Amino acid sequence: MKPNALLIDPSDNVVTLLHQVPAGGSVVWIAEGEFVAARQEILAGHKAAIEAIAPGGEIRKYGYPIGAAGEAIAPGDWVHTHNLEAVRRSA
Amino acid sequence: MSFMGYPRADGRVGVRNHVVVMSSVSCANAVVEQIGRAVPEVKTVTHTEGCGRGPQDVSMTLRTLANLAAHPNVASVLIVGLGCEVIKNELIATQAGEGKAIERIGIQQSGGTPKTVAAGIEIARRLVAEAARHERQEFGLKHLTLAMECGGSDGFSGLTANPTVGWVADWLVGRGGSVILSELTEFTGTEPILSERCVDAEVRHKLLALLERHGELVKQELGPMAHTVIAPGNQEGGLSSIQEKSLGCIRKGGSTAIQEILDYAERPTQRGLCVMNTPGSDIFSITGMIAGGAQIVLFTTGRGSPAGSPIAPVVKVASNTPLFEAMPDDMDFDAGRIVIGMSLEACGAELAELVVAVANGGSTAPERTGTELFAIQTVGSAF
Repeated sequence: MKPNALLIDPSDNVVTLLHQVPAGGSVVWIAEGEFVAARQEILAGHKAAIEAIAPGGEIRKYGYPIGAAGEAIAPGDWVHTHNLEAVRRSA
Repeated sequence: MSFMGYPRADGRVGVRNHVVVMSSVSCANAVVEQIGRAVPEVKTVTHTEGCGRGPQDVSMTLRTLANLAAHPNVASVLIVGLGCEVIKNELIATQAGEGKAIERIGIQQSGGTPKTVAAGIEIARRLVAEAARHERQEFGLKHLTLAMECGGSDGFSGLTANPTVGWVADWLVGRGGSVILSELTEFTGTEPILSERCVDAEVRHKLLALLERHGELVKQELGPMAHTVIAPGNQEGGLSSIQEKSLGCIRKGGSTAIQEILDYAERPTQRGLCVMNTPGSDIFSITGMIAGGAQIVLFTTGRGSPAGSPIAPVVKVASNTPLFEAMPDDMDFDAGRIVIGMSLEACGAELAELVVAVANGGSTAPERTGTELFAIQTVGSAF
């Protein structure tokens, strides 16, 4: 399977879609073919979870937290403002 | 790994051997341009500054021009002044320091415009002949400083081009070289992440104070929401938080520890990754980082910026293949290949090879198109 998503840092738990995938379509992020099935339609530039994230758990991209899970997130879920809470700025 | 560069008296190494003709004040720009037309081998630097500004702007402009005169890519300099300006040509020459041929000429002292142009042409021709005798020698990569810039970004910049440039940043720092990351506007929201990466408490304190001040300034100019929200277009493109957006920008600096925080156009005293206070606006930003001593700029773009500099080669890194194909004469490198499965490591290693080739004298797209842009950042009004 050709990769259609990008894992930027090995510690990330989301990948970014390079092309749109329909619900049920494969999200593939490395040439060897590691993949999850998209649970919803996900647009290009948007993120898919590649592992389960518990409510409040860190969402990581670029090797850093970009927010916390606002609800339980399953592998293949679209991750965006509906289920990602922005991390409060620490002083 | 090594590169062939020009040794300079201050111990730094040039990747170019430019003879620069610069104005000390905007009133001298026409003379500089006329000298440049008569002696096309020189690089001309003209700007809007040199007089009629408050003390902070005077010191920033002076530092910028003096550090550019002292820049390792510059073999020698002719500074053209007017005579009655605040930033006189001798001030720039004095601050630039010893060890390099810095000639000065003033319009009021030389009998007016045509006579100054004629005298300047003679000096410029002599400097060009002298510079032609300089030869490249072999140096280790620790003598290289790269400036990282993004301009005209798109949704792919943070996925392809910026991580590729960040890979090169880590590669160079790992070999003892230095990297300047700037554009404070694009650090917004990453304060906790960046502060963890500072090498010690003093650097952390300086960075956070700078970002706080910058945030206040943005609020003052753009309103109270400026610091907390991302644009609807960013969200439609898939960005969910300000942290995510800014992480795509700061990725250009790679992942090593931040060693030092620099003011605009200031020269680093430490090796490794440092952060400079510049605006996101491209030409101000690259001018500041080059004045800081960067010999090469890596410039990522998604929409297609053609920007280059008279002093340093600027490597244009396209974030997507359609741009690389649409503006082939303005682009040097296609990081969009990551979209079709090229690994970040392979893409980064190829860009690192290009950096060495450019250091050895290989030309960049802006050098071939003659896109030599220059602008000095100011903070106050003109009086």
